[in-house]
Amino acid sequence: MTALQEMKSIILDIDNLVVGLGKNPSGQRIIDGVSLQVHEGETLCVVGESGSGKSVTSLTVMGLLQKGALVPSGGSVKLVGEELLTATDKRLRQLRATRMAMIFQEPMTALNPVVPVGRQIDEVLRAHTDLDARARRQKILAMMEHVRLPDVERIFASYPHRLSGGQRQRIMIAMALVLEPKLLIADEPTTALDVTTQKQILTLIRDLQRDHGTAVLFITHDMGVVAEIADRVAVMRHGRLVETGPLDSILRTPTMEYTRNLLSSVPSLVPRAPRVETDEPVVLEANELGKVYRERSFLGKAREVAAAKDVTLTLRKGRTLGIVGESGSGKSTVARCIVRLIDPTSGGVRLAGREISELSRRLLQPHRKKIQIIFQDPYRSLNPRVTVGETIAEGPINYGMPRAEALAKARDLLELVDLPADAVSRYPHQFSGGQRQRIAIARALALDPDVLVADEAVSALDVSVQAQVLELLDEIQKRLGIALLFITHDLRVAAQICDDVAVMQHGRIVEQGPAAQVLTHPQQAYTRALLDAAPGRGWDFANFRPVEVAAE
Amino acid sequence: MLGYLLRRILAAIPVMGVVALFVFLLLRLTPGDPAAILAGDNATPEQLERIRTSLGLNEPLYTQFFTWIGKLLQGDLGVSLISNVPVLKMISQRVEPSISIALSTIILAIVVAVPLGVIAAWKHGTWIDRFVMGLSVIGFSVPVFVIGYVLIQIFAIDLRWVPVQGFRSITAGFGPFFERIILPTCTLSFIYVALIARMTRAAMLDVLGEDYVRTARAKGISETGVLLRHALRNAAVPVITVIGTGFALLISGVVVTESVFNLPGIGRLTVDAVLARDYPVIQAMILLTSLIYVTVNLLIDVAYTLLDPRIRY
Repeated sequence: MTALQEMKSIILDIDNLVVGLGKNPSGQRIIDGVSLQVHEGETLCVVGESGSGKSVTSLTVMGLLQKGALVPSGGSVKLVGEELLTATDKRLRQLRATRMAMIFQEPMTALNPVVPVGRQIDEVLRAHTDLDARARRQKILAMMEHVRLPDVERIFASYPHRLSGGQRQRIMIAMALVLEPKLLIADEPTTALDVTTQKQILTLIRDLQRDHGTAVLFITHDMGVVAEIADRVAVMRHGRLVETGPLDSILRTPTMEYTRNLLSSVPSLVPRAPRVETDEPVVLEANELGKVYRERSFLGKAREVAAAKDVTLTLRKGRTLGIVGESGSGKSTVARCIVRLIDPTSGGVRLAGREISELSRRLLQPHRKKIQIIFQDPYRSLNPRVTVGETIAEGPINYGMPRAEALAKARDLLELVDLPADAVSRYPHQFSGGQRQRIAIARALALDPDVLVADEAVSALDVSVQAQVLELLDEIQKRLGIALLFITHDLRVAAQICDDVAVMQHGRIVEQGPAAQVLTHPQQAYTRALLDAAPGRGWDFANFRPVEVAAE
Repeated sequence: MLGYLLRRILAAIPVMGVVALFVFLLLRLTPGDPAAILAGDNATPEQLERIRTSLGLNEPLYTQFFTWIGKLLQGDLGVSLISNVPVLKMISQRVEPSISIALSTIILAIVVAVPLGVIAAWKHGTWIDRFVMGLSVIGFSVPVFVIGYVLIQIFAIDLRWVPVQGFRSITAGFGPFFERIILPTCTLSFIYVALIARMTRAAMLDVLGEDYVRTARAKGISETGVLLRHALRNAAVPVITVIGTGFALLISGVVVTESVFNLPGIGRLTVDAVLARDYPVIQAMILLTSLIYVTVNLLIDVAYTLLDPRIRY
């Protein structure tokens, strides 16, 4: 390719971009000297952990930064040669959807809930074209078929809440691409979706890009997704560019230490070496557990939804059982029934030999301490107005431990989870996500439970932090002999921490067995489909090589 | 939708039934002899006995209740103890001023307050926002009668644009009707503009931070389109709630304004009845107020389902 051709094909050219906090030029720099180029027909993946500035970069390109809060103060952003940083609001509005378009992470919230989706796409055409109503409608229906939506006439008139997450993301893509922009910015577009849906959406973006030669700036934190979709990769950290290069060389021969660490933190899909079977006592049993939700309306008919059906599980002391499945599979329902945060409608739960599913709230009280739960989002599961020490000590105090003793225990537990003991007097907002999850673990351990239930406990964390928290859980298990019930949608995480795995779909367990067996030789079609859809399954990231090479 | 409406109306019947029962018991269970209460302090025993017989007070309580309800359903609300005029007639004379003022106030308030709230939220943190919020504090804190008298002084006495007080029915022509309700409407609007503007601003601020507003901007549609088509409709539910309850309050609870402008409305009728212990009128007013609230709540709920397709009952 000659230099001239290369010049022509550059769609997005970000040069030495600086974005500061507020109007003060000497203020903190959120983006500091980032330079990126995206060529026609190319996918550039910007990968980084939270706070790396990858989303701010994309919003700067679109001109969608919150006015006055984040201000571009240096460098340039050129779209097909046209400078965007100095463009007027009016010009930016003209360029959006026509030359550059964006899709977002949460298809659940990115669409207006009170406007039918067809009309939301129509708005783009009304704002940017002179087509009449009929022509617009035809173009929209064609586009909806193009993104492989079924039954387009019906979906055209549907409100977003009637559609699935995958369908909504397809609507977003149709909306973004209906005017064939030169640049598509995709900000974590599949992060909120299930793996099987994610795979379809990634394929769709790939195909559309091939057909239309769109340049794609794809933002993600997931190395698996990067391996699936990127031509080139840019790694960002703390608002700076760490390194950039073609996909293969970034995955095989990363030059920077940070990139190497990031890749090493990606849990492998190959299950860890199985631990020796034990004949320790069974601490937790679920027998044909079921939960049916009944919706009753005034003067209306009752509707029943079975969120969990005939779920049977056994967990021994010191072992880890994983429940994996997509959203709506009933895995969280099962966890909550077992902890009795909700009441099962059928079946039984035996905790340390005692049936607890039928106990009243009051009789259950002494058994509560034997089973504790850690939740997904450490930003919302800790009370922001209570100090960390009080949060941890509250449980033991409830069970009669003197206050001073409970606070001393809280200090010990904080050290156990690798936090400084003086954290007791601080508040949750003073900690990072990973640290908060450690606090949540310490809180759960304060009651010396036999069973720890982790409900998507590492899903909200960056990979490097995720790896640390998983390691911590493993270590705690070894030291305390605690049994772990690990709920996750992430097969990589399951492969690295579980001894046994139960795969759930539509409220039932479809396959159950030792992790090594279920995740390498799945017997059921659904399990195979889940494994097939896991992004980047061809790569052994931690060893910088494709899986085939590893197998040889 | 029709089925929902029907179910809601059916559900309102037991509510009104309970209210009716309380209203009935109000008089019967007040300490002392209802006949003595009705007849006043200087009644002779014969008069008391006559009242008892005429009201059926010697009958068992449940018979009395069903007789009373039966009459109620035929529109017989009894006769005022003070003026001897049928209560229904008294109320129907007072309804027009109250409804007219309430409607015009709420319309004026919406027309002024919703744009103010939208602009304040859009220009959040600027002097426009602070100005609107300052205005709303004044609207809340200045007493209604002060605003009323100031308006009368300026527009009725100094400028002589409108009459000072009174009410003319709309059947006597729109001009005289309009020039008499304009000052009370403006007076009452102050507090409702403050309330609705504040609510609109808060709801809009929430919605403007939503992802779909960012999506709308990413589509390159105009800022007006973003504000009106995407933000305002989503912000409408809490605003409608405030407007609805405000409307119900306006019909029955604006005694001060009615007094300042010498309007023959429902609010003054109620206060007069309470002061004179005119029980039949008090009973009727309680029933009427409950009916207004039940109806307004029904309308609010219907508005929810029209505004937000996710709300289905």
